[in-house]
Amino acid sequence: MTAVLEVTNVKKSFGGIKAVDGISFDVQEGEILGLIGPNGCGKSTLFNCILGQLAPTDGEVKVDGKVVTGLRPSELNRLGVSRTFQLLQVFPKLSVRENLILAGQEHQGNMMSRLFGPSDAGLSAAADQMIGFFKLDHLATEAAGGLSYGQQKLLDAAMAFMGGPRLVLLDEPAGGVNLTMLGDLKERLAAINREKRATFVVIEHNMEFVMSLCTRVMVMAEGKLLAMGTPAEVRANPAVIEAYLGH
Amino acid sequence: MTINGKYWRIALGIAVIAALIIVPMNFNRYGLYILSQWAVMTIAAMGLNLTLGYAGQVSLAQGAFVGIGAYTAAIMTTQGLPLIAALGVAIVLCFAIGWILGYPALRVQHHYLAFVTLAFSTLAFLVFRNEDWLTKGIYGISGIPRPNVLGFATNRPLPFYYFCLGSLAIVSLAMWWLIRSPWGRAFVALRENPVRALSLGIDTRRYTLMAFAIGSALGGVAGTLYAPLTQYIDPVPFNLSLSLDLLMMVIVGGSGFFFGPFLGAMIAVLLPEWLRFTQGYYLMLYAVAVMLLLIYSPTGILGILDRYLAERRTKAASALRAVAKSRLETAP
Repeated sequence: MTAVLEVTNVKKSFGGIKAVDGISFDVQEGEILGLIGPNGCGKSTLFNCILGQLAPTDGEVKVDGKVVTGLRPSELNRLGVSRTFQLLQVFPKLSVRENLILAGQEHQGNMMSRLFGPSDAGLSAAADQMIGFFKLDHLATEAAGGLSYGQQKLLDAAMAFMGGPRLVLLDEPAGGVNLTMLGDLKERLAAINREKRATFVVIEHNMEFVMSLCTRVMVMAEGKLLAMGTPAEVRANPAVIEAYLGH
Repeated sequence: MTINGKYWRIALGIAVIAALIIVPMNFNRYGLYILSQWAVMTIAAMGLNLTLGYAGQVSLAQGAFVGIGAYTAAIMTTQGLPLIAALGVAIVLCFAIGWILGYPALRVQHHYLAFVTLAFSTLAFLVFRNEDWLTKGIYGISGIPRPNVLGFATNRPLPFYYFCLGSLAIVSLAMWWLIRSPWGRAFVALRENPVRALSLGIDTRRYTLMAFAIGSALGGVAGTLYAPLTQYIDPVPFNLSLSLDLLMMVIVGGSGFFFGPFLGAMIAVLLPEWLRFTQGYYLMLYAVAVMLLLIYSPTGILGILDRYLAERRTKAASALRAVAKSRLETAP
């Protein structure tokens, strides 16, 4: 097995606050790693450092053995690293289908072929397949801004998969999603993981969701790595119970 | 939207185009001048609509690009060079300057960006006014010839109006195609959510610069038509107020709507003429009308239409749902 993602001693300070304080971990191909920890423990900051949205103060990030620290998020995305956001981040005025085409169009060809090629960048079929996969069929031509919160969350996740990514970082995909839709989402993620060998890192507060979906769970507290192991090991870890689960 | 609605829209489009060709045939010289000005200003406003309306980058420099285009045309054609050569130079020049002007947009946004572009606008005006060797300064350039297009002289007002209208048609088709291409989608992404766009692999820097460059180049195209239209140019029309007028055309017509600039330019160019009978009050009435419109609909005239259509769609959809539901309930 090869490590898809290797994070080595990543640090990020904002003034005197050490939001991420020397985190190291690997994610193997096909793994679903859960990332949990109390609010403000640095999970999202760690994501942003990995994805190039923030420049880490120190440390190194490798994707497929290649150093990617310092790359722009768009360059990283074209290398096959995708993400979803904690807060809704779809393009409200574009239709569901247009959102998905947009999410895939920069992964092929170049600026010129995008200008002179077909208007849907040849992605209508792929977008419709994704729409079907996430059960958004009846909404394909609706403006994304008119969808319910849960539907937009599904769309957000679908967009992350349009470019056929190797690694997807999901920031609280279950937040604010109702139970039925949550079951759907979990099943969809598991299916993509099985079929496409896509690797996930998932930040989530919903313990049931994390413990049933993830193969390994990593716990952060105050910017540091507190524990790492299978869901059962983490649940039994006294330090984790103390810092997080025990409340 | 039904097939019926599509036919109606095509019919309406053909009727408008036919009217634009036929009705002005018996217009006087002044009427044709105003209509030609409308066509030219629409092209410039379409450029700004791309930069501001679609890509969301505020610019107060569009007037300066019209000026650069106009001076390029005036200088080159009075030296005996053909207008088409001037058009090529103006497009390349404005594209390059627009690209460079886009760089500040990578660091600052909104009103800060407006100020950067405003500074450029002032700078361009000072060059037009002070660089006598090139622009003849405040005396301006006169005797700008009108071109021969495909063997037809456009000296008379009607042929020149058709020349402007034809240019507008070509620019419109190109713009229609551009905003429907993946680039157009990327421009909208830039406006709506640059952070998300970046995470989807969209090179936001390159698209921002492109939006500025293409929008500015269209300002240059408008300028190359403006010079032979007036046949005399001096620096005054290209001061900041032209940039503000163009901004107003985009906003009043409906920023980010394809037909916004057509309407906006119509209101900015034609309405003051129609209000002339009120004599001294026409500018005041005009200003009040614009204020009332923007209070009622901040998204411009097409924003009103858009809201109306959206409401009708929602009503139709909920009516359909109600029918479906009642059928379910009454089913045996």
